[in-house]
Amino acid sequence: MKKTVFLSALAAAGLVASGAMAQDSGSSTLAAVKEHGALKCGVNPGTPGFAAPDANGVWKGFDVDLCRAVAAAIFGDPEKVEYTPLTSAVRFTALSSGEVDMLARNTTWTFSRDVDLKLEFTGVNYYDGQGFMVPKDLGVSSAKELSGATVCIETGTTTELNLADFFRVNGLDYEPVPVESFTEAQNQFLAGACDVYTTDASALAASRASFETPNDYVVLPEIISKEPLGPLVRHGDSEWGDVVRWTLNAMVSAEELGVTSANAADMAANGTENPEINRLLGGEGELGAMLGLPNDFGLNIITKVGNYGESFEANIGESTPVGLARGLNALWTEGGLIYSPPFR
Amino acid sequence: MTTMIDPPKADGFHISQLLYDTRYRSITIQVIAFIAFMFIALFLVMNVKSNLASLGKEIDFGFLKNPANYDIKQRLIEYDSTSSNFRAAMVGLLNTLFVAFLGCILATIIGVTAGVLRLSKNWLIAKIMTVYVETFRNIPVVIWIIATMAVLTETLPQPKSFRGENPDASMWLWDSIAVTGRGTYIPSPDWGAGSAFVVITFLLSLLGIWAFGRWAKRRFEATGQILPNFWIKIAIFFVPSLLVFFILGRPIGLNFPVLTGFNFKGGFELSNSFLALWLALSVYTGSFIAEIVRSGILAISKGQSEAAAALGIRPSRTMNLVILPQALRVIIPPLISQFLNLTKNSSLALAVGYQDLRATLGGTTMNNTGRELESMLLMMLIYLIVSLVISTGMNVYNKSMKLKER
Amino acid sequence: MSNQNTTIAFVRDNMLDQQPAPRGQVGMSKWIRDNLFSNWLNTALTLVSIVLIYSLLRGALPWIFGGVWDANSLQECREILSGRHAACWGVINERWQQIFYGTFFPSSEYWRTHIAFVLLIIAVLPVLFDALPRKLLWLTAAYPFLMVWLIWGGSLWGPLSIAMGFVVAYFATIGAGRYMGSGLSTLVGVAIALLWWFLIGPAIVGVLNDTVPLFALREIQSRELGGFVISMIIGVSGIALSLPIGIVLALGRQSDLPLVKAMCIGFIEFFRGVPLITLLFTASLLLNYFLPPDVVFDLTLRVIVMVTLFSSAYMAEVIRGGLAALPKGQYEAADALGLDYWQAQRLIIMPQALKISIPGIVNTFIGLFKDTTLVFFIGIFDMLAAAQAIRANSAWNGITWELYIFIGLIFWVCCFSMSRYSQWLERKLRTDHH
Repeated sequence: MKKTVFLSALAAAGLVASGAMAQDSGSSTLAAVKEHGALKCGVNPGTPGFAAPDANGVWKGFDVDLCRAVAAAIFGDPEKVEYTPLTSAVRFTALSSGEVDMLARNTTWTFSRDVDLKLEFTGVNYYDGQGFMVPKDLGVSSAKELSGATVCIETGTTTELNLADFFRVNGLDYEPVPVESFTEAQNQFLAGACDVYTTDASALAASRASFETPNDYVVLPEIISKEPLGPLVRHGDSEWGDVVRWTLNAMVSAEELGVTSANAADMAANGTENPEINRLLGGEGELGAMLGLPNDFGLNIITKVGNYGESFEANIGESTPVGLARGLNALWTEGGLIYSPPFR
Repeated sequence: MTTMIDPPKADGFHISQLLYDTRYRSITIQVIAFIAFMFIALFLVMNVKSNLASLGKEIDFGFLKNPANYDIKQRLIEYDSTSSNFRAAMVGLLNTLFVAFLGCILATIIGVTAGVLRLSKNWLIAKIMTVYVETFRNIPVVIWIIATMAVLTETLPQPKSFRGENPDASMWLWDSIAVTGRGTYIPSPDWGAGSAFVVITFLLSLLGIWAFGRWAKRRFEATGQILPNFWIKIAIFFVPSLLVFFILGRPIGLNFPVLTGFNFKGGFELSNSFLALWLALSVYTGSFIAEIVRSGILAISKGQSEAAAALGIRPSRTMNLVILPQALRVIIPPLISQFLNLTKNSSLALAVGYQDLRATLGGTTMNNTGRELESMLLMMLIYLIVSLVISTGMNVYNKSMKLKER
Repeated sequence: MSNQNTTIAFVRDNMLDQQPAPRGQVGMSKWIRDNLFSNWLNTALTLVSIVLIYSLLRGALPWIFGGVWDANSLQECREILSGRHAACWGVINERWQQIFYGTFFPSSEYWRTHIAFVLLIIAVLPVLFDALPRKLLWLTAAYPFLMVWLIWGGSLWGPLSIAMGFVVAYFATIGAGRYMGSGLSTLVGVAIALLWWFLIGPAIVGVLNDTVPLFALREIQSRELGGFVISMIIGVSGIALSLPIGIVLALGRQSDLPLVKAMCIGFIEFFRGVPLITLLFTASLLLNYFLPPDVVFDLTLRVIVMVTLFSSAYMAEVIRGGLAALPKGQYEAADALGLDYWQAQRLIIMPQALKISIPGIVNTFIGLFKDTTLVFFIGIFDMLAAAQAIRANSAWNGITWELYIFIGLIFWVCCFSMSRYSQWLERKLRTDHH
């Protein structure tokens, strides 16, 4: 008697529990962001020039500007961003799980990330490549001479994989020193715990610039990989992907069309000869409404954050400590790769 | 907890009995608890399913077979970047076990020494040990790991200081050990032809030592004569192996580290990340073990040492023969939990980049494949198994050590 | 007879003056000989230690006390030192706020953390020292709500409504207790509390906040918290929240019901068997998979949840120890009085078991507080993260020791004083007859 009561009750319990599950609900990210009142943006916890909090805890940088631009496009206010600093190890999960709405965290666009990790890259804001930095007194002038060297790498990045491929293809051996963060890698390299520091060339330049004696270090000429860095969002919400994509494109187009933060307001108020500028700034057409944004979203981005070139110069350009040349990241009209589809 | 037994009722079963009859109430409670448990479990599982579905993913452990594509510096088994993710995880697991095993040994040595010395009659030594214990156990182990790493990296000379005519740094012990800011290189054995004989002889002499010990003990019990056991054992330890070694023409050589290129090559490398983790974990856990040992010794009543003195046992031997064997029974259970803590704390390897299980399976592999759910679950399962195995093994040992009451 | 006195020459009739003990047998010299140089081994050990201590202090003391306090960057500090080897305490002087409050906490609101900290100490004291007036325990009960309000800001209505839930549950349990057994009435109380927290409370609070916000403070997001403050919050809330769960688990583990017991053992062994860092990674990476899509906790809350579950497993073991230490007579006495299970636990067993568990609870807290440093690895801005941020800053690039020594010292002061307390209490409980 006792046993049957017990067993039948257990069985009933299992049935009840399994029958009572709720269904999932799909929702649009743009609507959620609007409802939340701020954009949740995942950024690098500290790469000078790209994303780093200043002494007052205010986030600044080239990638941060992209978050600000998206916030400006949605809310007309670039400050409506909640920044989540993410290590390279947790960035994709944070995005997948909805902890952040977008990632602007110097992330390389690769096939498997796009397809297998179910992420959507919405453009490239910086064309980079992996390079090597060594102390000058090591007497090395090419990466091919690095056989037997100790190499500092950030774990969880494509650089770790590129490095393994590079040394294997060239038949060289090396000792990897995996490091959890950019800062730690830099400290280890300076202390001499590794002969070589490898990461994206832009970050190498940024880090070399912050050294006490930058001239004691050289960046080797080899670039061993393509690293197109760009913002990304989750798979499956194309409307939201469009918002981020066209925010970046607006910044690029503005530079192509000569619209800057200084003259954009004036151009918008008075109208211009060029219909594409008018469409970009919301004077003509309903481009903003198609995206589910205010029609002047382009104007907001450019007046409040600036165009692509302005953001580049302010954060990582040659006048800043990071001191990067435009190079591949010049406009297509000037020999670079930066190109925006037309606003039409 | 119910102690009252109701008299059995004559008539049949009523629903209300489920609540008020103490015989059935426990079933009711368990069923409710089980329903609640199933609800929670199913809630979690269904959430995972729907969340994965909305991301277009599914649970799939196939990634373990794919090539890992990254290199691991410290490895106890063969591995290169074309090996599978599973093999990478195994390399990591072995690294975890390696550092945990060595850590437990060193921590025990440090802990027992410090614990005994803390009770020393020498005031200064006792105070130094108190300072050691109180300093180390009150500061988080992560800070110790980071600090040890910083000491090793920044105060030791880098390989390039060993180079040139008048190097700034030199190797230790007649150029056999190189202590550098990257790691410590020690000579490794070089197994030549015939070295198997030496090893076999050595193992046989270990067996001989054991057999001699038993024989000597029986002889002592029978005749009361004490042989110079220690010296005879030492002789058995060294003489046969060395004889064979020289007769066969020194088949086992040493592979000395030599500075070639950027780094020392040859020999066995103990990387700084390993050393920092090992030393910091051992010294930190040692401070807890010292306290356990001290309180274990204090728990033995003073009468025991007085009785030993009355029997004429020298004070230096009282500790070994009377106090420690008894204290061990008090010491071992908390010691087990310290070993478990040390093993779990070895996952803090990520502070220094030692590639343990977390860094491979729960780090680079997880990151490159994007299989965080599978990787994390697998990793937790492995840690859980390791913990359970350690605690079971030590509990068995503890049982065998228990006072056998007759 | 009288002349006998004079004939026996060796009988003294006056006391000798007391002689001082031989010089080697008293005072300093005897103490030194007994404690430092009693035999050759001790002598050798003493001499080696003295040499070691001397060389350590000779290196460390000038470095510590010769340090520079007024410098705004490492370069400036090195210029002031001009080649001398000493500490640059300037980094602490300039950045201590970042270490204590985190990078993002608005400096105008620092006072709130101060009040929260002082109140914390006052709230904890009556638990730790039973000589203090018992009325103070009301503050202890109110403290969690005050802390939430002080740290996260907003109106006081929210925390008040949560606290109200407990009051409602209490009265519901008492009321239901008239009609049913105490176990069932507790269930009723829990159900009513849940109803209050999830349905009635939020509605009332919403209305009240719109009409009369009570002591509304500036709202602070979890991600703005950092430094020592976040360690303290995670540690304190982890321990406070894990106490009830730990009690339930400990009772479950001792229960006669095999299913309940198995579930509790499974839970406890799981959380004790895996490293905290993997649980924290679970909190940061996986927890969202286990929750419905529209429920998004922020990272700090997720960490607190995980840390609570983790420490409740340890807490269960501590309380189990307390329960085991109670004499069996207490259980039997409760049965003899006709108390049912819950009444016996509430009135007889738990008050005593918890009291003897306090040292263990304090030790668990020390462990947990030290473990809060691990949150650094999942991107929470605790003290270690502050140190890293400072080191990454170009002004202080290259500084190491000063920061880690300072952080270590903060931990040491907190943990050492707490462990001293728990040792004191252990001694007291041993002599106290209970």
